[in-house]
Order: sequence, then structure tokens, then C-alpha cells
Amino acid sequence: MTFNLVLAQSLNGFQFGILLFLMAAGLTLVFGIMSFVNLAHGSLYMLGAYFAATIASYSGSYVLAVILATVCLLVLGWLLDAGGLAILHKRGHLDQVLATFGLVLFFNELVQVIWGNAPLYMDAPDALAGSFSFLDFNYPAYRLVIIAAGLGVALGLYLLIERTRIGMLIRAGASNRGMVGALGVNINWLNRFVFALGAALAGLAGALVGPILSIQSGMGEPILILTLVVIVIGGIGSIRGAFYGALVVGIVDTMGRVLLPVWLSQTFSPSFSSAVGPALASMLVYVLMAVILAIKPDGLFPVKARGS
Amino acid sequence: MKNQVRKYLGSAAIVASTLVGGTALADVKIGFIATTSGPAAALGQDMYDGFMLGIEQLKGKLGGVKVEVIKEDDQLKPDLGVQAVNKLIERDKVDIIAGVTFSNVMMAIAKPMADANIIFVGSNAGPAPLAGAQCNSQFFFTAWQNNQQAESVGKYATDTGYKNVYVMAPNYQAGKDAIAGFKSQFAGGIAGEVYTKVGQPDYSAEIAQLQAANPDAVYVFYPGGMGINFIKQFRQAGLLGKIPLMTVSTADGSTLPALKETAIGVISGTFWGPDFKNEVSKNFVAAFEKKYGRIPSQYAAQSYDSALLIDSALKKTGGNVSNKKAFADALRAAEFDSLRGNLKFSKNGFPIQDMFVFEVAKDEQGRVSLKTLTKTLSNHPDSFVGQCPL
Repeated sequence: MTFNLVLAQSLNGFQFGILLFLMAAGLTLVFGIMSFVNLAHGSLYMLGAYFAATIASYSGSYVLAVILATVCLLVLGWLLDAGGLAILHKRGHLDQVLATFGLVLFFNELVQVIWGNAPLYMDAPDALAGSFSFLDFNYPAYRLVIIAAGLGVALGLYLLIERTRIGMLIRAGASNRGMVGALGVNINWLNRFVFALGAALAGLAGALVGPILSIQSGMGEPILILTLVVIVIGGIGSIRGAFYGALVVGIVDTMGRVLLPVWLSQTFSPSFSSAVGPALASMLVYVLMAVILAIKPDGLFPVKARGS
Repeated sequence: MKNQVRKYLGSAAIVASTLVGGTALADVKIGFIATTSGPAAALGQDMYDGFMLGIEQLKGKLGGVKVEVIKEDDQLKPDLGVQAVNKLIERDKVDIIAGVTFSNVMMAIAKPMADANIIFVGSNAGPAPLAGAQCNSQFFFTAWQNNQQAESVGKYATDTGYKNVYVMAPNYQAGKDAIAGFKSQFAGGIAGEVYTKVGQPDYSAEIAQLQAANPDAVYVFYPGGMGINFIKQFRQAGLLGKIPLMTVSTADGSTLPALKETAIGVISGTFWGPDFKNEVSKNFVAAFEKKYGRIPSQYAAQSYDSALLIDSALKKTGGNVSNKKAFADALRAAEFDSLRGNLKFSKNGFPIQDMFVFEVAKDEQGRVSLKTLTKTLSNHPDSFVGQCPL
């Protein structure tokens, strides 16, 4: 592989990782602080994309679409928690899984009822629709925007969690939520804020992928599975873990898809490698998860002393 | 209050019973199976809309006989397809089963339909085994055998003189068939052959590899949402317009509304396009646009044609479907004006037809649609008819 190709594939892996981070940050906070398993996180991502596509088609403004879709999901997250999910906080994980899986089915049907069966149209603004060239290196300009936006959010989250009072409460909640409540913090309010923040991040991720992916019912499920892998690898409840976990998964997944078929074809017959390569590549992140869990059962960056 | 409710329920029951009574008068019952829910629902919906438009234009009658259509959704699940077939045969006692969107569902329901000695008129799925060793004298397909579309693009690539084509498809049977069909008509070399995970959303890594291989052209088979993802990302990598992109079932009536200008310039191979100039096609396109407010896809066209085919056969038998052999022979004769021009059936019930390639371009009204580029294969039969023992 040439240097340009390695650079392009690294950027691809990095960009995919950044996208996974936006999803994982919200999910890991909700899981870590509220001990709430939210399988409907992928549906929030899908709704973000649908809202963004709809707003973009009416307003014609891409930036407005992304901002408004994120705000919409912030509000929706707040309403979902206030409107019923809060009841589930005290229930067991199995109840939460069942209820939020029900929500996944509900939202998948709902978008078809509202927007119809056909996928929606959304495109990047003209300036970003093509590729960015530097010397003889080409890279899709829009993907650079995703990387920049993701890094911006990561920085913002870092400042929020490490430098503000509410961030301190979130960190405290991740370590020992019972104690935080006992110290007089309104834990219900904190939960609701965290849930809405997670929903907004999922919505932002959905709005950002609108121009590169097909906006359709069920688009949240494939990314939800990888997001769960990320938070397990990174350590549940840890934003830092989500960040590094997402980058590891993004890069391993991308590089695996590229390199495995090449390596296999050098050793085995073409028909064997073309049959086995794609299958192995799609397994790779799960193998990685199994290995990391065997060595570090709490993930790479576990939150210390989690009280329950 | 309670009495009033009871009265309403009573009258509702009476209305319902007259509805059931009304349908019992229908002379021919057709079960229409399609995938009309889930991510691929747009495809099945187009098929159903096209089929119903055909019946509506013939005033609810095919061959002068009143027809009743019972719609079943298989949800793209073979087991639900089998359930639907059993229900249609045993409870509804249908005379004909039509539709069927996906090949995996088709393969699952072929056996129960053959066992029940049913007449089948399919309008999308055309898997190879049913054209070859497992062919059936009572099965007819108004679309194409899966490989035919790929063969059309393969011939186009040969005629255009591409020496080096990069091919990609999802890693499952239909994907492998699409590549095999392409290769069977393509004389040049393969720059790279890549199979991706089914339902994969992001192709950035594969597109970077493709770009590095520097092929004359690219050929892909990515139906539904995968195609939307691939074409969007191919263009954003700055490749659309630089490297020709040839496709099958990727840039079609079901995905173009979500792609719009993004897909302009993409090549697509199939048997029919909305700009065909014959009267049947022009009439169909105008009526479909008027009724549903969108450009009909090939899936709607195939299904519309299947309604016309059933109409022609019922005309020949005078509305009689009880003699299965006579009715199948009437279907096989295909004596009707198809919107594709020529249509004949091989002994396996698959079409012998002209194949074309199209280019995504704006039509007279400025909408993004498919424009006929050239005819690639004339009176082209499917490649498996030789294996059919009939």
C-alpha cells in the first residue's frame, strides 16, 4: 500500500471511530450513571437523521438542520425520560432491555408511518459534497467535517465533565450514585439531564451521517451493536474509555476490512480468501472485545469503585 | 350508553358481513405476496401499486372476470412467506399467487406452491435454481432471471471496451450471482473483486482501496439502502464522473428519490425504463405518475406487466382457471402488449427479452430519472434454461 492509501484508510478508521464516540458517549453515561440499558439509543440516532433531513428539505440550510435536529433530540430525550423511562430506572436490566427493545420496534414503525417507506434524501452542502485535495492526496471533504465536529464535541464533553459542577456530579454519579443522592443532589434531575444529553449526542451523530448514509427505518441497529462493543471495551460509564474504545473499534474494523482479504489472498487461493476474508473482517471487532474482556474484564478505562 | 355501543357494534357487524359477502362473488382470487414492511418496504410497495394499477385500469376485471386481490406481507422472512402461502391456499383458496420481492422468500415458497399445484406469476424474484433444475411448468416470471440484468451490464462493459473493472457486491448469494452474471458477458479483466458485509452502511475503506486500484470502471450490485450509501460515498470521494460506475438494482426507481442529483451519471442495467416510447409503457407511466405522484420504478412496471399477462391468459380461457394446464399454456403464450416491447417465455417460465443499460439523468421535467442509453442484448434468454428438465 502506498503512503496516501495508508493515510486515507487511517482517516477512514478515525472518522468511523469519531462517529462511534458520539454514540458511545451518551450510551455509556446513561449506562454508567443511571445503570440504565437503553437499546433505543440507535432509534434516537435514526430520529436525528430523519429530523435533519426534513429540516434540511424545508429550510435548505444544512447547518440549521444539524443544530435543530440536535436540539429536537435533546427535548425528545428529556420528554422520553420524564414520560415513562424514569420508571424503569429502579427496575432490573432485563425489564429495561425489554422495554427499550419495544421502543426500537415502535420507532422503526413510527418513522414509516410519518415519513413513508422510501428512504429520505439529504445531501451535504455543495462546498463539502466533493473531495478535498492536497498535493496528490484526495479525501472526502465531508468526512473531515465529521472528524472536526466529533473532536469538538469530545473537547466540549471533556470540559463539561472535568471542569464544571454538573460534570463533577456526573463523575460522582458514575462512581457511586447512592452516595450522590444521599448528599442531597437531586438525582432524578441529574439522570434526566444525562439522558437528554445522550439523546442529543445520538441525534447529532444521526444528523451528521445524513449526507453519507441512507436515511431509513432500522438504520440505528447496526451502529447500536458496535456502540455497545465500544462501551464494553472502553469501560462502562467512562467518557475517556468511550473515546479510546471508539477509536480502537473504528480503526480495527476499517483496517480489518481492508487488510484481511489482502493478507489472506497472499497465502490462500483467491476463492477461499474472497469467501473467508469478509466473514473474518466482520467478526474482528467482536474477537477484539472478547480478548480485551479476557484480559481486562472491566474494560480499558474502568470507572473506579462503582456503587450500586 | 351501553345499548348505543351495542347498536353500533351490531351495525358494524352487518356492514362487515356484507363486505365478506361481496368478496365471495369474485370469480378469480389472486394472492399477492410482497415485502411491504421493514427497510425494503419501498420495493414491495411499488410492486403492489403497479399490480393494482393494472387491475384498476381494466376496471377491476382481468380477462373480463372480476378479480379479488389478497395482499400478504412476508416482511422479508422466508418462514412468513411460507405461512402466507399456506394461508392463501388453504383459507383463501386463491387461484393464482403473484408478486414475491426477494429470492430467499421465493426459494422457500416454491415447494409449498408446487405441492399445491398452484399457478404462480412472479414479478421480481428470479433465483437461478427455479430457472434451472427446479423449474416448474406452472411458474411464470415477468421480471428477469437474477443474472440477466448483470449480464446486460457485462455486455455493455465489453462493448464500451473497458479492460479493467473493479467489482463489488454484498457477501450473499444474490451478490455472488450478480458478479457471476457480469463476468459471464465481460471480456476484460477484473481489477479487484470485493464482497462486503450484507447491510454494511459505510464503504469508505473499500472506496479508498478501489481508488488505489485505478480501474477503468466499477461495477456494483447494492440493492436498497446499501446502494444509497455506496453512491453517496462514491461521489463524495470525488470519483463519480471520474471513474464510470455501472450498477444493477442499485440506482433504480426505489433509490433515486433518496439520491436525486447525487446519482447523476450512474449506469444501470435492466429490461425497461420510464422513458420507453411504446404506447403501453407511455400509458403506464402517465397513469402511475397521476395516481401515485412519483416516477414508476421497474418493480412497478414488472408487476403491472404481470397483471396484463394474467388478463391475457384469462381472456384466452374465458375466465376459466380450473383447468390448470390450459391456463398455464395461456400464460406461456404471453399474447399481450408488454410495456417492454418483446416478451416471450422460455420453457422454464422465465422471459426471453431485450436487455438495456440506462444512465441516471434529468428527464424533460427536470426530475432525476433513468434515461435509455443502449440495447445490449436482443431476445436474451436466461442462462439456466438448459438445466431445466421440462
